[in-house]
Amino acid sequence: MKESLYQYLLLLGDNAMILGHRLSELCGHGPSLETDIALTNISLDLFGQVRNYFQYAAEVKDDQEKTTEDKIAFLRYPHEYRNVLLVEQPNKDFAFVIARQFFFDAYHLLLLKELCKSKDEQINAIANKSIKEVKYHLRFSSEWLKRLGDGTAESHDKMQAAVNYLYPYVGELPSESPIEKEMKEAGIGPDLGVLRTAYFAQIKSTLAEATLETPQFFGFHSGGKKGVHSEHHGFILSNLQYMQRTYPEMEW
Amino acid sequence: MNKWPLWEVFIRSKSGLEHRHVGSLHAADATMAMENARDVYTRRQEGVSIWVVPSKAITASNPEHSGELFEPAQDKAYRHPTFYDLPNELKHI
Repeated sequence: MKESLYQYLLLLGDNAMILGHRLSELCGHGPSLETDIALTNISLDLFGQVRNYFQYAAEVKDDQEKTTEDKIAFLRYPHEYRNVLLVEQPNKDFAFVIARQFFFDAYHLLLLKELCKSKDEQINAIANKSIKEVKYHLRFSSEWLKRLGDGTAESHDKMQAAVNYLYPYVGELPSESPIEKEMKEAGIGPDLGVLRTAYFAQIKSTLAEATLETPQFFGFHSGGKKGVHSEHHGFILSNLQYMQRTYPEMEW
Repeated sequence: MNKWPLWEVFIRSKSGLEHRHVGSLHAADATMAMENARDVYTRRQEGVSIWVVPSKAITASNPEHSGELFEPAQDKAYRHPTFYDLPNELKHI
């Protein structure tokens, strides 16, 4: 059970960590000063959440090697990361950033609403703290989705292209893995089957509001939750882990 | 995005205090201006309330007119309430 809880915490934390890293790549490169700061704020919110999950995971692990949040974040191998493929996808342009963010935020908020009722006190507390941040993230990303989708012909086309490219990755988020099944049965995690219906309904209605088409697609990509990642993942880790790998056990 | 109009941002730091001008930003409309103001100007707990106003809605005094506008007030010290003896019991004035 302890090992499963540990794995579940990685599953929750890794999505926020990899997406937070993707957003941090935009720091100083955002399309305008205001959106640059907004995306960096979201990135920092996500890193704050990751710390909460990983500090707890380090406590749960209770091993001989004295695991710490930093070791969990920086010293795992690629197949030990449990993030979904969606959050690894690169920042092709602003429409991609917004589409990826919206698809994640919509799921994240639904998930946190359920985790606020978790029987695990720590997860419950982390969810209650994070949910306010994530409500703002969703407000930001859905506002931009609608603005670009319902903007000029060019912004509409770019937004639709990003949605079409990323949509095949959304199905993985609410697909139940064995760990999530175990957590559901223990009353720690939600029933993803119920969440899935709400998630797809929300995607459809927000895309419609943005005058965008919901792609007809049924063969969703998956693998991230099992540790099978896309080609982008290794590049992310080589950046992310550089300091700890080059200067082992360094501290700030 | 360079064509976005300019907005002035006012933040109220605590309940009961007044809104203060903190700076400006670019945004396409009021909704975006509000979100941008939140992201740019309230990251360090600066405020509990935000106003955004299109910069073009502000009429500013012309610096060239500062002579006729402000200088006449310089030698009229009697307009300041400094010639009263306040009772000791009065505090916070």
